[in-house]
Amino acid sequence: MSIELSMPKSWRQETKPHKFCPGCGHGLVLKALGRSIDELGIQDKVVFGCDIGCSLLAWDFFNVDTVQTHHGRTTPVITGIKRARPDRIGVAYMGDGGGYAIGSQHLVNAAMRNERITAILVNNANYGMTGGQMAPTSLPGMKTETSPYGRDPEHTGMPMQGPEMVAAIAREGAYVARGTIANVRQATTFIKRALENQMAGNGFSFVEILSTCPTNWSTNAKDTWHFVEQEMPKYFKVGEIKVPGTKEE
Amino acid sequence: MAKPIEGEKRAFMTGNEVVAWAALAAQADIMYGYPITPQNEIMHYWTRLGPKFEKKFLQTEDEISAGFTTVGGVLSGARAFTATGGPGNILMQESISMAEMMRIPTVMVIQQRGGPSTATVIYSQQEVMLTTHGGNGEGHRIVYSTATHQDLFDYTIKAFNTAWKYRFPTFVLGDGYQAKMRESLTIYDPEMRGVKMVPTVPLLGQEGMPGVDREPSLLRNTFNTEEELYAIIKDYQQEYDRIAPELVEHEQFACEDAEIVIISHGVVSRSSKMAVHELRAEGIKVGYFRPITLRPFPADDLSGAIAKAKLLLVVESAEGQLVKLVRQNLYGHSILPIEGLLKPGVGVTSEEIVDKVKALAAH
Repeated sequence: MSIELSMPKSWRQETKPHKFCPGCGHGLVLKALGRSIDELGIQDKVVFGCDIGCSLLAWDFFNVDTVQTHHGRTTPVITGIKRARPDRIGVAYMGDGGGYAIGSQHLVNAAMRNERITAILVNNANYGMTGGQMAPTSLPGMKTETSPYGRDPEHTGMPMQGPEMVAAIAREGAYVARGTIANVRQATTFIKRALENQMAGNGFSFVEILSTCPTNWSTNAKDTWHFVEQEMPKYFKVGEIKVPGTKEE
Repeated sequence: MAKPIEGEKRAFMTGNEVVAWAALAAQADIMYGYPITPQNEIMHYWTRLGPKFEKKFLQTEDEISAGFTTVGGVLSGARAFTATGGPGNILMQESISMAEMMRIPTVMVIQQRGGPSTATVIYSQQEVMLTTHGGNGEGHRIVYSTATHQDLFDYTIKAFNTAWKYRFPTFVLGDGYQAKMRESLTIYDPEMRGVKMVPTVPLLGQEGMPGVDREPSLLRNTFNTEEELYAIIKDYQQEYDRIAPELVEHEQFACEDAEIVIISHGVVSRSSKMAVHELRAEGIKVGYFRPITLRPFPADDLSGAIAKAKLLLVVESAEGQLVKLVRQNLYGHSILPIEGLLKPGVGVTSEEIVDKVKALAAH
């Protein structure tokens, strides 16, 4: 009896099961990306760049040409590829630390220049790979290894609202959305639209996906799901924020 | 489309302009860059000349990005380059360490300025250690130190071929004096001189369906175990040692019977050359040695050149960076004393060298 594996066609079966922690949201985000690549039929056109942090584990995730870059530097590497080879579809995959802290200047300027690339940022509200430190996206009061008494906005500011910032500075033609692994169907739609927006040559495409990190949150399944589904969207609003051709409110 | 340079012609231009013309002659596809003095005019000329030959340019948000977009361009199969100096060189070391680890044939032109810190925008030879051994690795890179505008033209072209042939990041190490001064040289179409450009290939984004027609390109710089990394670095070192004899270049004269050998590189070696001619005319037995590749270093050639010497004099516009390379490469081959004429961030004239040699010879 053969078992039909429910994996996107663009996934690399030899490297599954993947290396992310149990309960980690990366697998679902990469499933959403894989399904989008499949549906658009672009597996041979995509160049996938993954950041350092937990994102680095995606380096052999797809049967798609992939480069692992440095912490925060995936956006410029994919930008460099896209500028030299506009026929490729560039995807920069990163976490909240890579995109909003160490690589924030790259995200800002890629958005300013309306680079024809797609950036996907996984927001799990902490630095996962390094052991659960406070991230730009850690919520007020959230306990992390570097905010053991809870994040105090007086000292460390409020969490970064990345898509809102990108939407504010990006030009017409940019696509910006925030999805969540609590709604994979919607997240897939957003990622697919972000890829289509690049393929149409409209402009910069940016999708943040709210995700989980039970290992560092020290939460069981129920509390993990509650946090990503109920708590995170109170501060990080889920939905499309900037869509080309529509009037902004 | 017409070639940027048909045949060859004499020109009188600044070093930065020379680099732009050389990159065009080498059929470079794209330059990524961020403004910093003294390399700016490389971008200025590239952005003026480039569009006529369908060449691209991207001005990035900083040198970190200029380095990493260059890495991206090279990965996509473009003959890509960037240029910087000083603090920009520091920021680019991060992308170079990735290029070292992943054998990405980047080309970078460095126009050295005073250091440390912002220091001066003018000139120095203080980026020797940074350019040859910067980054958190073993310095698996190739560095050409130019002395003249002709060198800048020749070695910028050569840098692309060296990088793509050997797959190690390659540098052209100039300086602010070379960048800004005008000098005559011959610019030419490399093909006419029998120089064939090494073809570039995409390291990502090749033809065919990955996983079906071919394996996907999966490129990483992170490893799970110490042993995995160890095996790779040992392999790179072995490869580097194997190719080093093909790569090393130097220039020497009057060393056969020299009692004092002057060692200098880059623009300073021009003063050394004049000084040796003057001193020889006065009957003083002095020789001239100039490493052109600072990494790999022409250690055997230097050992040979100093066979009869009693003393070495290192002259540089830095506080002993070339001295370090000389010591390191002569260790075990020579116990000669090494004197220095060290002028960090300042040019050196032939008169100063003549005086120094005479003072040393009198002892």
